[in-house]
Amino acid sequence: MTRFFNGLLHFRRSAWEMLASVLIAAGVVMLMQPFALALYSWSFVVTLLGTVMFIIVSHFPE
Amino acid sequence: MLKSTVDRVAEATPHVIARRMHGLSDRALAWLFVAPSIVLLLAVNIFPLIWTIRLSFTNFRVNRPNAEVDFVGLRNYASILSDRDIWLTMQATAHFLIWTIVLQVLIGFSLAYLINKKFRGNDLWTTIIVLPMMLSPAVVGNFWTFLYQPQIGLFNYAVGFLTGADPSSFSMIGDVKLAPWAIIIVDTWMWTPFVMLICLAGLRSIPPSIYEAAECDRASKWRQFWTITIPLVLPFLMLAVLFRGIENFKMFDLVVQLTGGGPGSITELTSINLKREAFEKWRTGYASAYAVILFVTVFGLASIYVKALNKVKQR
Repeated sequence: MTRFFNGLLHFRRSAWEMLASVLIAAGVVMLMQPFALALYSWSFVVTLLGTVMFIIVSHFPE
Repeated sequence: MLKSTVDRVAEATPHVIARRMHGLSDRALAWLFVAPSIVLLLAVNIFPLIWTIRLSFTNFRVNRPNAEVDFVGLRNYASILSDRDIWLTMQATAHFLIWTIVLQVLIGFSLAYLINKKFRGNDLWTTIIVLPMMLSPAVVGNFWTFLYQPQIGLFNYAVGFLTGADPSSFSMIGDVKLAPWAIIIVDTWMWTPFVMLICLAGLRSIPPSIYEAAECDRASKWRQFWTITIPLVLPFLMLAVLFRGIENFKMFDLVVQLTGGGPGSITELTSINLKREAFEKWRTGYASAYAVILFVTVFGLASIYVKALNKVKQR
């Protein structure tokens, strides 16, 4: 966990890609879940944020 | 003296073109060859995407080309993301997507594992299994509609024969509870051979020497399966899941032919709903916003999936 947060602080690709992937996955689950309309409403923002972040951080150094 | 192909091409090139090409660097020449593909890609893929994003912020209707087009900001997106009907459509798509992928991977891998064993008529069985994949979705949808007929359908008769139920007592495409499973069964029937072929390629790429070494170490068949077969076939399996996931997320033709989205809107997947918004209600701006939401979802999922695939391949 410490390694992950250190990676975030030092702008390492793997840590930020992990964060972006979690956001995308959460967004997709929120989009398709049958439990809360509020989650569905915010799903696109979360997915978009994750996708844009993924595109940007894939250019960070390893 | 015998001339090479390169010499013959050089001699056949008109002098005017040859003179123009002479001063070009390798890099410039490479760009010259790649440029037509890039222009085509921009025209066919990138331009429509940018245009769709632009339309998604307007109230444009394609059936009223002369009407004034207003900029509506994020109103289309807000409207879609608070619509309960579209939310139900997303859930129907998730149900279809998850079950088709699970069934296709399980059955496809099992079939590939069996076909990979040497037995008589191996090639014939492979051809027979692959047949459904070669059919048009319109044809498949049409004949499965007949198979699902409560009175004369072979499917109902088979279920009745196996379970003792009255074949005409249930309708696969007319029942709210059964219709989602009806489309899952047909898609699984049609596309399991595709997953099987990819898994078969993976299984045949494993060198027999690895199994021989495992036999020497007295590894059981079960252990060989989990520590050799599964890890080495995993990249192929993931590729199959990626292909099927993207394809099924935008599934349209087969379901339209089978159920048309019904009964009610229980099998109305996102692409069918999107088509209704765009070409039945003619809400082009709204449908564009809908398309952008679906695009971002698939693009995001594909990005993390490709990353995971590369990681598995590097192991």
